[in-house]
Amino acid sequence: MFQTAMTFNDLMFLLKGAGLTLAVTGVSVAAGTVMGIVFGVIRVQIGPWWAIPLTFLLDIFRSVPLLIQLVLANAFQAIAQFGWPPFTTSCVVLSLYTAAYCTEIVRGGIDAVPVTTRRAARSLGLSWVQDMRYIVAPLATRVSLPAWIGLTLGVMKDSALVLWLGLNELLKSSQILITRLQEPLFILIVCGLIYFLMSFPIARFGGYLERRWSPHD
Amino acid sequence: MIEIENVRKSFGALEVLKGIDLTVANGEVVTIIGGSGSGKSTLLTCINGLEPIDSGRILIDGTEVHARATNLNKLRQNVGIVFQQFNAFPHLTVLDNVMLAPRKVKGVPRAEAEAMAVKQLTHVGLADKLRVYPGRLSGGQQQRMAIARALAMEPAYMLFDEVTSALDPQLVGEVLDTLKMLAEEGMTMICVTHEMSFARDVSDRVAFFHQGVMAEIGSPDQIFGAPQNGETQKFLSSVR
Repeated sequence: MFQTAMTFNDLMFLLKGAGLTLAVTGVSVAAGTVMGIVFGVIRVQIGPWWAIPLTFLLDIFRSVPLLIQLVLANAFQAIAQFGWPPFTTSCVVLSLYTAAYCTEIVRGGIDAVPVTTRRAARSLGLSWVQDMRYIVAPLATRVSLPAWIGLTLGVMKDSALVLWLGLNELLKSSQILITRLQEPLFILIVCGLIYFLMSFPIARFGGYLERRWSPHD
Repeated sequence: MIEIENVRKSFGALEVLKGIDLTVANGEVVTIIGGSGSGKSTLLTCINGLEPIDSGRILIDGTEVHARATNLNKLRQNVGIVFQQFNAFPHLTVLDNVMLAPRKVKGVPRAEAEAMAVKQLTHVGLADKLRVYPGRLSGGQQQRMAIARALAMEPAYMLFDEVTSALDPQLVGEVLDTLKMLAEEGMTMICVTHEMSFARDVSDRVAFFHQGVMAEIGSPDQIFGAPQNGETQKFLSSVR
């Protein structure tokens, strides 16, 4: 018969960690997406040549392992005496990390809107802003959504790395429990299940939106 | 009135318009014919300011299109253009495609814009497709929707850029009939077309473009019956 020393309070401890994972992910994906949209539009508008400095900066965030970024950023904020708590540092780094990927997703989405369609919109008297808002944004969103969902799920799992800054998010919480209860397999299964339960609705919601939009194309 | 004065335009080293002069009076239908690469489509996109020009000028009701002070978004409300590609907005229903510009650009209230859109869509024979998405329409229907969309802005001028070139042969007729109807209603139109019988039937004047130059312009009877220019003769005998 299966037995465990894990109590209800231990589960609540894990869920609290999951809450922190969601918070870090939520803040980072929200901020990173806003920045990604701004950077993506800038990249398309000024062309690849003028965007080289921006592209280079974002490439750094895409190329350096997230763990190194977190540790370096934490050290930097200490040296610069920003006085950021680990949560802030984590969110800043993860936001930029998300923004770097999101910029490419947004750029790809905008590029997927045919130039002729945008030309038709402008020929009707729509301004650049109106064209972006009523034509480009909805069409680019459709194209970008699957990649963006993938990015969000990736960031949620990558956010486990913030445990290195001392944040008790889901993975760290489960490690603490493992140390105490010595039941690694069971606790990791529970931990994995919680990650799954957080990711699954996001993935399904993305699928739902895709299905809802598809008959229009 | 559309006045085109000595317009020149290059794409890189290639000069596509080599000094075009053309005046189109209100109510007039001018068709432009010519081989591909003769600059006829480029001229249309210059007329409503979608393309810059290198020299010369284009005036619409006295307003210089490419002047720095000209508000192009305002000017374009008065100059509709329909392209070879249908350019439907795929995320909007047929009705919303047509209503978008009147509502957002002119600020027309929803009910009024809808009434106008229904009127224009009925006009082009799409009254039964209002709530359908463009993806479900045939090419001819999409092109007629594009015409209704341009007309909903109530432009004084309409430009048609090879609007039947991307259509299956059996769908060409329905779109040309729509253009004929507009011409008969007195719309001022410039049509770039490869449909010679259409050009002959509806035009007040026909212009023949050859390598960026307007080689010849005249009445349809003269152009098709007794072309003066050697290139016009060559072109017409090749398309017949």
